[in-house]
Amino acid sequence: MSRTIIPFGPQHPVLPEPVHLDLVVEDEKVVEARPSIGFVHRGLEKLVERKDYQEFVYVAERVCGICSFIHGQTYCQAIEAIMQIKVPERALYLRTIWGELSRIHSHLLWLGLTADAVGFESLFMHAWRIREKVLNIIEATTGGRVIFGSCKIGGVRRDISAEQQQQMRKVLSEIEVDLQEVTKVFLKDSSIQARLCGVGVLSSADAHDLGCVGPMARASGLSTDMRRLGYAAFKDLHIEPVVKTEGDSYARCAVRCLELFQSIDLIRQALDKLPEGELAAKVTGNPNGEVMARTEQPRGEVVYGIKANGSKNLQRFRVRTPTFANLPAMVKLLQGCDLADVPVVVLTIDPCISCTER
Amino acid sequence: MSRDHQFEVIRADQLFGAVEQLRARRARLVQICATSLPNALELTYSFDLGSELTNLRLEVGKEESVPSITSLYWCAFLYENEMHDLFNLQVSNIAVDFKGTLYNTRTKFAFAGPQGKAAGLGIAPAGGASSAAHATGN
Repeated sequence: MSRTIIPFGPQHPVLPEPVHLDLVVEDEKVVEARPSIGFVHRGLEKLVERKDYQEFVYVAERVCGICSFIHGQTYCQAIEAIMQIKVPERALYLRTIWGELSRIHSHLLWLGLTADAVGFESLFMHAWRIREKVLNIIEATTGGRVIFGSCKIGGVRRDISAEQQQQMRKVLSEIEVDLQEVTKVFLKDSSIQARLCGVGVLSSADAHDLGCVGPMARASGLSTDMRRLGYAAFKDLHIEPVVKTEGDSYARCAVRCLELFQSIDLIRQALDKLPEGELAAKVTGNPNGEVMARTEQPRGEVVYGIKANGSKNLQRFRVRTPTFANLPAMVKLLQGCDLADVPVVVLTIDPCISCTER
Repeated sequence: MSRDHQFEVIRADQLFGAVEQLRARRARLVQICATSLPNALELTYSFDLGSELTNLRLEVGKEESVPSITSLYWCAFLYENEMHDLFNLQVSNIAVDFKGTLYNTRTKFAFAGPQGKAAGLGIAPAGGASSAAHATGN
């Protein structure tokens, strides 16, 4: 049978950012997918040679426009590990709360995009309507909506007052009720099940061999979650990774749906245990040493490699984002799938090209 | 000190064997990266074994090449192409070789230069990434 190459992207309705795939098809079956990234590579890793290591928190936060806070947090954690800075407990808890709020708004963004991709426009609007409430909490507590600017080396810049905590609990309860309704549609509606079930199945062994992370790995039965390393306040919170074994697009959707409730639970746990105290430790001198720091982004494990030589500029800044780790699995999943399923498969890895083009 | 701070130094000719052993122990490839030193490139291969990081560290001369580990970890092709495109590292027998077209930066091998003189990066005006030449061997 003759083969045809169909270009997919870099502009496509399911792709808010530029990534390109050459899909080699026989009839309507994809036999090979060739990815092309690098359309908007920003060279942020090199920028560390120009920016002071303290200023660089702002750059790290701008690696991604969705999971920005956890990027800044991971960078700070890496520098703090090298400089052996003891971050105040209250700051660790506040970082955890803001990190989980990031996860909720990121997953809701993805759910909205998925609803849109399968043609369920009213569900898309409901997902993003709920996301607005999360963004409002973030705005009220940090002043920003996606770029928080509240994390710094040694701690945090802002506090969450008792009144704000009370308001946050109230809004989270409302959000929880809304989520129960919306996720019920994502998980029970027959049209969504027909579109996602059995599409893009990734086995547990393949997920491991291909280096998958985050919901992508957990939907294939791998119980991996960097929050269990116990960074920030996770050392004091109860967390059990949400794991599904089916490995298909529906399982990836289900993991994200259930993680929304998990994040609300973690925020409540953190609010219950939020200790009093300072917001930041004093930072003096320059870092000298090397570390690999890992945290759990909404899309999975992010790795920050920092190498410092005692000057104000770091010698090397390396960030491996979760999308970068999940791209090989996406390429494998596309081999053998129907052409009509390509948008669903691409979307269910929750690709963030901003992260990838760091 | 956790293992996240530790780096096991090996030679380039030991790389494949060391990765083979990690593969046999079901380690997950976490990342590969390069750092530009004055006369060499410093490579770091990180693996996850039971939530602990194992970091392999090696130095290679700027004219030397390293073997691809894509026959053990197919997913390494992205990291290896990245190191080639940004640092001019020669990697032999990559399963999916983009031949220098993974990153379409205005400055070729933008991270290979001396530190402190960050090269300007941008999108090449013509011949976008979609025209990439591929040699797939998977």
